[in-house]
Amino acid sequence: MRRSAVLWSVSLAVYAFLYLPLVVVVVYSFNDSRLNAEWVGFTLHWYRVLFSDDEMLGAGANSLLIAFVSATFATLLGTMAGIAMHRFRLRALPLLVITPVAMPEILLGVSLLIFFVQVLNFTLGLFSVLIAHITFCVGFVAIVVRARLAGMDESIFEAARDLGATPWQTFRRVTFPLILPGVIAGALMAFTLSIDDFVITFFTAGVGVHTLPLQIYSMIKIAVTPEVNAVSTLLMTLTLGLIILASRFAPDALKGAA
Amino acid sequence: MALLEIRNVVRRFASFTAVDGVSLSIEVGEFFTLLGPSGCGKTTLLRMIAGFDAPDEGDLLLDGQSLRGIPPEQRPIHTVFQSYALFPHLTVAENVAFPLRMAKVVPDEIRRRVQEALASVHLLEKQKHLPHELSGGQKQRVALARGLVNRPRLLLLDEPLGALDAKLREDMQMELINLQKTVGVTFIFVTHSQAEALALSHRIAVMNQGRVEQLDEPSRLYGFPRNRFVADFIGKINMLDATVTAVAADRLLLEVAGVGAVSAPLKAGVQSGQTGVFAVRPEQVQLLAEHADAPAAANEVRGRILDFLYIGDVTTYLVQLSDGTRLEALLPNSAPGRAKFFEAGDPVILRWSAEVGVFLHE
Repeated sequence: MRRSAVLWSVSLAVYAFLYLPLVVVVVYSFNDSRLNAEWVGFTLHWYRVLFSDDEMLGAGANSLLIAFVSATFATLLGTMAGIAMHRFRLRALPLLVITPVAMPEILLGVSLLIFFVQVLNFTLGLFSVLIAHITFCVGFVAIVVRARLAGMDESIFEAARDLGATPWQTFRRVTFPLILPGVIAGALMAFTLSIDDFVITFFTAGVGVHTLPLQIYSMIKIAVTPEVNAVSTLLMTLTLGLIILASRFAPDALKGAA
Repeated sequence: MALLEIRNVVRRFASFTAVDGVSLSIEVGEFFTLLGPSGCGKTTLLRMIAGFDAPDEGDLLLDGQSLRGIPPEQRPIHTVFQSYALFPHLTVAENVAFPLRMAKVVPDEIRRRVQEALASVHLLEKQKHLPHELSGGQKQRVALARGLVNRPRLLLLDEPLGALDAKLREDMQMELINLQKTVGVTFIFVTHSQAEALALSHRIAVMNQGRVEQLDEPSRLYGFPRNRFVADFIGKINMLDATVTAVAADRLLLEVAGVGAVSAPLKAGVQSGQTGVFAVRPEQVQLLAEHADAPAAANEVRGRILDFLYIGDVTTYLVQLSDGTRLEALLPNSAPGRAKFFEAGDPVILRWSAEVGVFLHE
């Protein structure tokens, strides 16, 4: 009894430490005051301010566009990588695909910056951000897709060939429908990771493009305004929604990746 | 012309030869079995027939045409996998329709033939179900229907009964035989179970270490094993060290360890002085109670019951001879109320006819 009581209180403390700041942000986004100091009253004023802030709306549009495009490409590449990692017992491929997942973001950001600017002599902007996002998202999709394939009876793919399906028909009729939940979960994860990424975007965006996380950062350099709370709340809701959706599609795969 | 001709097929993997020069020809309408212990090369051979693997040497010919370079989907050969390999996202009916759809059969015809195939395996009422909702036996029948629906020239069955429990396996054996008779498709059946092979097959190829040890009808294989491996692998058999003392016109005279002089049936190629084993099946050995005035006869030896195993229909007795050699004998329990005839320790006489048993020098 006593042991479980201790365990419960410790885990409660940990969860409180993790989630209380998020709750505070959400609560203050509805606070009718300029300061994040005391609760004055309920208002949607800050959301109205947010939706008339052109700079913020532009950054939001950029973020959505980047997230959508990079999630699409990362899903395409990651699915192929996941299938290849499963089918061919290669040592190098998993390492290559998964390294960007495990590598500290700051390192990836700096190295991409050096690569774009010094090696390719690129002008930083939307395109470089897209490439960077696709790079770190591919690994996540690949892991989820491979996890989905790992539990499957190999002979069903042979059975399809045996019963008259060409390799392409086998993929379309058997492999793809079976990994689809993993692909969808991977795509949602990639979208989530891209839309709230700060570090890598910070290094690869240059002056040309502003995303939502970059915009929030530049605003809190002055002060944490309730508008920042409002945009954070929206971002959080979107991210949380996508994660819940992703876990619906591939509960097992997500467990393996997280 | 044979339906499938396997010519000197060799398949090597990194460190060992899985199939080592196998030649077989399988006739139209045959129920042919590849029998052997795991690792004997039977599955590798099956995979080469299906097209998932290719021989390093030799060739496979279907209706006289080489199968070299023809991918699995273009071979009129279907497989029933050990794990059934049903598509988990498709219903029973969709699973069965799969080969027809791949062959671009028109929808009306697909519907008709799927119904027909499901009816033949008594699964019409399950057609809307997904594979995970079926029992092992039902999955097995769906796999059979799916393999047969597009009328392949050849159906390969890879240990299809291995995952079923004993009672179900027996029922499925009957169904398999009947199904094969009705559809007239040639079956190549792979198994490590000699009982299954004997019950089902027209002909059996016993494989060991990548080679065919013997190719014969079930009764010939059981009655006249060519060598020790086959004798030991098919059914139970007593094997005793023996030397040929003389080759007579109608029989062999052997000196058998622990028994003495024994007459055995003639065998081609056996010469006087050869050593090997004398093999006799437990059910061919008669077991008699010893009594002092029993007349001595040929092919006879005395011993004591060491142990017995009551299996219901028969009892197996383990008999020890005076020099320690052990022999098994089988008695049917057909007499009502007499489950066993002998107790451990009883002195007995073992006797067998000069027409049974076989001398094996390989």
